[in-house]
Amino acid sequence: MAPVFEYAPAPESRSIVDIAPSYGLFIDGEFAEAADGKAFKTVSPSTEEVLSEVAEATEADVDRAVKAARAAFEKWSALPGSERAKYLFRIARIIQERSRELAVLETLDNGKPIRETRDADLPLVAAHFFYYAGWADKLDHAGYGADPRPLGVAGQVIPWNFPLLMLAWKIAPALATGNTVVLKPAETTPLSALFFADICRQAGLPKGVVNILTGDGRAGAALIAHPDVNKVAFTGSTAVGKEIARTVAGTRKKVTLELGGKGANIVFDDAPIDQAVEGIVNGIFFNQGQVCCAGSRLLVQESVQDELLDSLKRRLSTLRLGDPLDKNTDIGAINSAEQLARITKLADLGEAEGAERWSPACELPENGYWFAPTLFTNVTQAHTVARDEIFGPVLSVLTFRTPDEAVAKANNTPYGLSAGIWTEKGSRILAVANKLRAGVIWSNTFNKFDPTSPFGGYKESGFGREGGRHGLEAYLDV
Amino acid sequence: MSDRLNVLKTYKLYVGGKFPRSESGRVYEVTDAKGKWLANAPLASRKDARDAVVAARKAFGGWSGATAYNRGQILYRVAEMLEGRRDQYVREVAEAEGLSKAKAGEQVDAAIDRWVWYAGWTDKIAQVVGGGNPVAGPFFNLSSPEPTGVVAVLAPRKSSFLGLVSVIAPVIATGNTAVVVASETSPLPALSLGEVLATSDLPGGVVNILSGRTAEIAAPLAAHQDVNAIDLAGADEALAKELEIAAADNLKRVLRPQPVDNWAATSGTDRMTAFLETKTVWHPTGSLGASGSAY
Repeated sequence: MAPVFEYAPAPESRSIVDIAPSYGLFIDGEFAEAADGKAFKTVSPSTEEVLSEVAEATEADVDRAVKAARAAFEKWSALPGSERAKYLFRIARIIQERSRELAVLETLDNGKPIRETRDADLPLVAAHFFYYAGWADKLDHAGYGADPRPLGVAGQVIPWNFPLLMLAWKIAPALATGNTVVLKPAETTPLSALFFADICRQAGLPKGVVNILTGDGRAGAALIAHPDVNKVAFTGSTAVGKEIARTVAGTRKKVTLELGGKGANIVFDDAPIDQAVEGIVNGIFFNQGQVCCAGSRLLVQESVQDELLDSLKRRLSTLRLGDPLDKNTDIGAINSAEQLARITKLADLGEAEGAERWSPACELPENGYWFAPTLFTNVTQAHTVARDEIFGPVLSVLTFRTPDEAVAKANNTPYGLSAGIWTEKGSRILAVANKLRAGVIWSNTFNKFDPTSPFGGYKESGFGREGGRHGLEAYLDV
Repeated sequence: MSDRLNVLKTYKLYVGGKFPRSESGRVYEVTDAKGKWLANAPLASRKDARDAVVAARKAFGGWSGATAYNRGQILYRVAEMLEGRRDQYVREVAEAEGLSKAKAGEQVDAAIDRWVWYAGWTDKIAQVVGGGNPVAGPFFNLSSPEPTGVVAVLAPRKSSFLGLVSVIAPVIATGNTAVVVASETSPLPALSLGEVLATSDLPGGVVNILSGRTAEIAAPLAAHQDVNAIDLAGADEALAKELEIAAADNLKRVLRPQPVDNWAATSGTDRMTAFLETKTVWHPTGSLGASGSAY
C-alpha cells in the first residue's frame, strides 16, 4: 500500500540530555570507579554510537554497596513513615520535572520510540513513586498487621526493556516500606539508573539508601548471593529466575520474580475487529515486542481469521519503523545485537518448521539493530514460535473453534503472565478470564499498566506481585 | 471384662478418594512413643507420589471451581465428622505423641476448631486480599485471589494431628488440592483423617495422604512438573534446602519451614495466602454522560 503522504522528519531534540563520557558506580551517595577500574561501553541501539562508558562492578563493589545499604538501613527504617513519604514524593516530582530529559535519555540508551518513553514509561515512573510515597506512612492500614517491618537490604536486578520503569517498580515500594536497596540495571541500559542516582542526590536522599551498580550478569549473581541481602527482587528471563530460586534455597531471603511470558491474545468472532487489531498491534509491537507480558500468541476464532488477518496486515503496513527519537516512529530499534540475533534465530526457526512468515514492506536503517514487524500464520502449538518467548516484534497466529479450545490453547504453556480477550459478550469475557491461568487479563484492551494495579505471573512467569497494596508484601517481613 | 480379641485396622493410603495400599507392597512399623508396635503403615513409593499428583490435578478443576460457600460447608462437615469420632483421634494422638488422654484431647479439640476456622474463611479471603484498583484511566480493574493448583504438603513431624490439620485446611480452603506426606514417625492420625475426609463430601483427590519416608516421597513431589507449590513444614533444614532447589525447576511456590512452637495458637491468613495467585482483570469502562448528569 503506497502512502498517500510522506511524513516529514520530526525528531525530538537530544540537546535536552547531557550524557557524561563516563560514569562510576553509585555507592553510599558517591560515584566511584569499580574496584579493579574496569568499565564497559553503552551504545545507542539505533545507531551503534557509543553513548558513555560505565564502571563494571566486581564482587568487591557489590560487597561495598551492600555494606553501605546495611549501614543506612537502621536510620532509614527508623524514620517516621511520613518522612520517608516526603523523600519519595520529592523523587516523584523531580522525575516529573526532568521527564523529557529522561525520556530522551531512555530512548537513546534503549532504542524504543520517544513516543513510548515520553507517553508511557516516564509518566508511569513518576506515578509509581507518587503512589508508593503515599503508602509509607499508612503501612499499619495495609492489611499486613500493625507496624509491619521492612526486611533490610534489598538486592534488585532489572532488565533492559523498561529500564527506568522497572527501577521504579523495584525502588519505590522498597523505600516506602523502609528497606534500603542495591540495584543493578541491565548491562545494555545503565544510563537512566545513573541519572536516577542524581535525582536521589537532588532529593537529598540519605547516603546509602539507594546504591546503583552497573555491570553484567556476574555482578547481579554476586548481589543475589550476598549473605547480607535480605530480599531479592528480579525481573528478567525465566532461566535466570530459576537459577536465582536455586541460589536462595535454604536461606531466609524473601524472593519475588517477574519472569517471561507467552501471552495469548484471544479474539472471538463477535469482537470489534478494528479495536482488536489495535490491541493486537499494541500487544506485540509495543516496545518492539520486548515485553514480558506481550500478547505474542494471537488466538483467533476460525470464522473471523481471514477478516482479522487482512485488517491486521493492512494496519502493520502503516507502522513506521526508524529513528526512535522521531515523534512519528512506531517501531524503534531492538535493544542489542545479542537480542536481535536471538529474534532472528527464532524467526528463522519458525520458517524452517513450516509456519508461514509475513512482514510488511519495510526498509530497515543501515546502522543499528532492527527487525521488521513479523507475523507467522499456520502455526501449531508444537511450533517453537508458539512455545518459546521470542521477546521481539514477532506474532504467532493460531486458530480455535470453541471457547473451551481457546482456553486450552491459551493455557498450554509453562508461562502465565498475561492474556487478552476480545469479545462483545460480557459473560464470555468473565468466563474465559476465570479459566485463564495468568496474572493479568486484559479484556478488550491490552498492555495497560498502573501503579495501583498488581502485576505478576502464574506458573513459570514467576511469583509475587508488583504494584498496588499487593506490591508492599514483597518488601515487608510478613 | 470379656477376653474378646479386638479387630485391628489395616492403615492405608488415601489417594483419589480411595484407600489403596502402597503400589510397592511395602509397609513399615509404626510404634508409640515408648516403642510399642501400633501398626504397619504403608511405605509409599515414588510411584504412589506420582499417582497422588495425578489424582490431585484431576480434582483441581472441580474443587477450585466449586463455590466458596460449598467449600466452606464441606470443611465444616469435616469438623462435624471429626467431632463424632473424637475418641478415636484422642487415642491415636495420645499413642502417637506420648500424651495423656487430656492433653491429646486438647490437641484434637483444637484441630476440630481449626477446620471450623478455615471453613469460615473460604468465602471471605477474596474480599480481604482482593479488590478493585483505582487505576488512572477509564478502566474497571479487579484483583482476585485464585488457588495456585496442586500443593505438596509435608506435614509437621511432631504434631501428628493438630499440626497436620493446620497445614491441610488452609491449602484446600481456597480451592487448591493437596498431596500430603504424613509425619514419618506418627502417620496413623493422618491416615485415619482420610476416613473422615472420605465421608465429608470432600471430592476424591482434593486431599491425598501418603505415609512413608518423608525424604523419599518428597523428592519426586518437589521435582514434579505438575505440582505448583510445596509446603516444607515437615522438612528439616537440610531436606528443606534440597527440596527448595528441586522446586526451582518449575518455579514452585515454596513455603519454607516456619518456627512453630505452638500449633494451638490462632492461625492468621499466611498459610492461605502462601498458596494463592492474584489475577488482575482489566476492562474499559467507556464513559457515559461525560458532560454530567442531573441525577
